[in-house]
Amino acid sequence: MTFTHAVGARAYRFADLKTLLAKATPLRSGDCLAGLAAETTEERVAAKMALAAVPLKAFLQEALIPYEVDEVTRLIIDSHDAAAFAPISHLTVGDFRDWLLSDAASTGVLTRIAPGITPEMAAAVSKLMRNQDLILVAAKCRVVTAFRNTLGLPGRLAVRLQPNHPTDDPHGIAAAMLDGLLYGAGDAVIGINPASDSLAAIHDLLVLMDEVRERFAIPTQTCVLTHVTNTTELIRRGAPVDLVFQSIAGTEAANAGFGVSLAVLQEAHEAALSLQRGTVGSNVMYFETGQGSALSAGAHHGVDQQTCEVRAYAVARRFSPLLINTVVGFIGPEYLYDGKQIIRAGLEDHFCGKLLGLPMGCDICYTNHAEADQDDMDNLLTLLAAAGINFIIGVPGADDIMLNYQSTSFHDALYVRQLLGLQRAPEFEAWLEAMRITGLNGRLLEQTAQQPLLAMMPGAA
Amino acid sequence: MDEEKPALTPDPWAELSRHTAARIALGRCGGSLPTAETLGFALAHAQARDAVHTPLDVGALSDALEEAGFVALPAHSRAHDRTEYLQRPDFGRRLDPASRNALADLPKMPCDILFTIGDGLSSRAIERNALPLLIELRPYLETSGWRIGPVVVAKQARVALADEVGELFKPTIVVMLIGERPGLSSPDSMGIYITHGPRVGRMDSERNCISNVRPEGLDYPAAARKLAWLLDASRRLGLTGVGLKDESDGSALAAAESRLAIAVE
Repeated sequence: MTFTHAVGARAYRFADLKTLLAKATPLRSGDCLAGLAAETTEERVAAKMALAAVPLKAFLQEALIPYEVDEVTRLIIDSHDAAAFAPISHLTVGDFRDWLLSDAASTGVLTRIAPGITPEMAAAVSKLMRNQDLILVAAKCRVVTAFRNTLGLPGRLAVRLQPNHPTDDPHGIAAAMLDGLLYGAGDAVIGINPASDSLAAIHDLLVLMDEVRERFAIPTQTCVLTHVTNTTELIRRGAPVDLVFQSIAGTEAANAGFGVSLAVLQEAHEAALSLQRGTVGSNVMYFETGQGSALSAGAHHGVDQQTCEVRAYAVARRFSPLLINTVVGFIGPEYLYDGKQIIRAGLEDHFCGKLLGLPMGCDICYTNHAEADQDDMDNLLTLLAAAGINFIIGVPGADDIMLNYQSTSFHDALYVRQLLGLQRAPEFEAWLEAMRITGLNGRLLEQTAQQPLLAMMPGAA
Repeated sequence: MDEEKPALTPDPWAELSRHTAARIALGRCGGSLPTAETLGFALAHAQARDAVHTPLDVGALSDALEEAGFVALPAHSRAHDRTEYLQRPDFGRRLDPASRNALADLPKMPCDILFTIGDGLSSRAIERNALPLLIELRPYLETSGWRIGPVVVAKQARVALADEVGELFKPTIVVMLIGERPGLSSPDSMGIYITHGPRVGRMDSERNCISNVRPEGLDYPAAARKLAWLLDASRRLGLTGVGLKDESDGSALAAAESRLAIAVE
């Protein structure tokens, strides 16, 4: 189906739905690299105007990537909930934006329609929204998940404690874990990106974290972010696995590049559920995504990178994750060039994920070859916290010495808690108080050498 | 109130810093970073940014190479400047037409190994580490009877640029020395990529990589030893890439090192 929009005497024509979506996307380097971006600023706005007139139903009739060749498309179409979609089925994309911003779209209503929204609908409406719209509507969405604590409750923000070390040195990792816990971080998960792919090494890391968690009765979950097939094998061998991690993308071919399929994820999901290690809930999956991953694998099928990203959320939604994290600035400037593009992408990802009913977090981050710095991260952190993000990343001093990029620090989380009055997951907050790490107001208490957690490591104080 | 400093809250676990280079036990003012750490971080980031954006001084490096007895040839990728280089990795993988023609027109002697030096994402890495590594490696090559070709010094280069250089000179193996994506604590880390039978279109899985080459990381003697081992093994097997496992040492660090280099590919 062809789409057109006239601006004065000039008629813009868009060959199909995926072209229209790509041309309507706010400028980013990855779409330019793919040759999909609007050629002029005016063409971009004309595309938005044409997109505003497209009925939401059109996305159920015209698949961006053919049903026959892509299992993500099949998942999206086959799992679409027509009853949930019914209340918005008469709207165009432009009407949908107006409706989302209206009082009619309450938290309860948004929760009910989520299964009726496809990734393409969410991506489309986000392209018509300004940053403030992305923030306001996301803040109305609520997605609560649970394993050993409860994440996503209103007025709360969780942190993944990321104690990476370039050689997986157990003392180095334990030192960073201790630092994070004493800064009040770690309620989303304590999660290590391992340097090694060896099953024995990953097993040791799982045991290290599990022993600390058990010894101090920390109400949180742990994870080693290794390939899903490694985790499935480790579950089989009896390792203490709380969460299954995997990077995912929005097309079957891109997922194949990651060495995964829906069937592989299904097997891991069932294996983790069988362990029944959650105490207050059974969300056992942890996914990471990021705009540009499909293009980087040469598997984007001419679909813009933001729409591909939201399609990855359909994959995640299938497995009811505890956490899903868009690693927004990690991929580099050929996909998101500068702070402006990274901030926009972070807000889009969070909004689209929440609209689909996912427990979105964000690794607010950048690399040293991107045109970005800590001020940009401060901006995105503040905006996402205002938008009600479920969790962020905590790295000592924002400097990940294993993955060589900058994320957010434990101090950054304290800043945004103090600014916006955000609390931690309730079970974790209570534990911090009991450990005398925080006071009743959630603020850090001054520590002494008698802090019991310091016994985690000899010679700590 | 006489000469009172604002209260910083120290962390009584500073001792743990001996276990990790991570920025732990930073202390705080309220919940925020103390001034010294904020500025220290800014300095590290500034050095990493400068490593990315400072142009490689091809003339100075070529002079130094010639003085050390190598033949240096300048080249440039299709990326005109840093801004384009950062957004168009495909341009950084190909020679610009002028460079291609100039290299193609040169008389060629048969060679077994050809070096290409590319700025990649850190000119500092190249200016500091490229020549010392070559000097450390040369005795190994001479002992094993390798015929050494010229050294192409390329600006705005990505790893695969060496494939096109290799097509022109037809060495058995091309070795690319390239500046890696700078980390906050490593603005000058060099990567080495080895490709057997270079031609345009080689995949990353057909190369071997040595990462984090610098005195504070993998030092020159260790890097040269590892590179010499891989070169000999590659010549023996007739390939590089996933079919050539680095068994030059028992280290488990290879996987970690290889991750650091992804951004220059």
